[in-house]
Amino acid sequence: MGYSSKSPWVIHYDGSSCNGCDIEVLATLCPGFDGERFGVINTGNPKHADIFLVTGSVNEQNIDVVKEIYEQMVEPKVVVACGICACSGGIFHDCYNVIGGVDKAIPVDVYAPGCAVRPEALIDAIVKGIAVLDQKAAELKAAK
Amino acid sequence: MQIMDILIVLGGSVAFAILAPIIGCLLAGIDRVISARMQGRVGPPLLQPYYDVRKLFAKEKVTVNSVQDVYVICALIFAILAGGIFFTGGNLLMCVFVITLSSLFFIIAAYSSRSPYAEVGAARETIQVMSYEPMVLIFAVAFYMATTFISPEGIPGSFNVSEIFSLDMPVIGPMVLVFLGLLFILTIKLRKSPFDLSMSHHAHQEIVRGMTTEMSGSTLALVEITHWCENVLFLGWIAIFFVWSNPVSIALAIVVALLVYFLEIFIDNNFARVKWQFMFKSAWIVALVCGGVNLAVLAFL
Repeated sequence: MGYSSKSPWVIHYDGSSCNGCDIEVLATLCPGFDGERFGVINTGNPKHADIFLVTGSVNEQNIDVVKEIYEQMVEPKVVVACGICACSGGIFHDCYNVIGGVDKAIPVDVYAPGCAVRPEALIDAIVKGIAVLDQKAAELKAAK
Repeated sequence: MQIMDILIVLGGSVAFAILAPIIGCLLAGIDRVISARMQGRVGPPLLQPYYDVRKLFAKEKVTVNSVQDVYVICALIFAILAGGIFFTGGNLLMCVFVITLSSLFFIIAAYSSRSPYAEVGAARETIQVMSYEPMVLIFAVAFYMATTFISPEGIPGSFNVSEIFSLDMPVIGPMVLVFLGLLFILTIKLRKSPFDLSMSHHAHQEIVRGMTTEMSGSTLALVEITHWCENVLFLGWIAIFFVWSNPVSIALAIVVALLVYFLEIFIDNNFARVKWQFMFKSAWIVALVCGGVNLAVLAFL
């Protein structure tokens, strides 16, 4: 295991979610599930974050924001699409203003479907994200 | 003699540069575990702060300008030098000035990014420095007067920390009010809630991450290491109140310093962040009342 996997700091952005998934994301970070056991810290700063948790679909209003946050994050970084809306657009997929899932804006590494996504599914997704993070860290080290 | 003194301080600084990050890292780990337990959580492993810093060093190097890293490195170097001066028994007043210089470099580093959040953080940090500095200076002056007071007749006091080993009683006796005042501003210096206005270890996001908003990767790691060194130095300040010629007193001083650190964690977990006006006023009132009365008593005794 690399060092990246021992302290995955997350940043959470609400695209156009109905807040169901947001509540579950915050519940995952609360004392009940205690993400800090694995070094998970919720940061409000993209420059400090390793894992980007996006909830809700991408639309014309927020696509630039999602891209901006992703651009500001420092490599190695991982994107987790939280909830079915973030994965594919969900029940909103054919709305006139909805572009689709988060992968329409930025590369997504892990998809965590659900409506709303359960904390257990989120923890599973973050653990899968950590594995990707380690892989990217190793690639970055090799490229140096 | 002069050159010898400088060499001792430099040697002490090198030792401090190796030991303080290790001790500071463990203290930070203990802090996080105890905080988690106070909140009914299991908490991270003891070495979590080390894992965080290791990860930050492994990240891609991104910096907003070419000077920020230099300022952050200067802040670290002066923090280490202040520790070297203090723990080799050097001049306490000099130690205070050098650690303030370290804080100023950190403020300039934050200002240099021109980010609005970092600037708000830097402005708040400036106010924090203004809040705690009177008490810290009074601490150094009172130390001089207290050593004069305790020393046998005819022997003048000293700003040198090594002086305490020649005293028959600890300086806490004639400096008890200064000790209380220093405890108050220690919360500001250790960046603990309710006085963690400029940057915080917790998930406050009111000004994103304050001073460190634009710092990432290895720069942020150096900031963290500087903070560990500072913590060790400030706990050293607390410890010297309880040291005198008896060697056993060093053990007592370490126990007291750890108890004070626990008290700070307790305060951190139980108080919400205050506004800067309250911090500034209360810190100056404490400095004037505790420090002023203590200095007056020492001056007229």
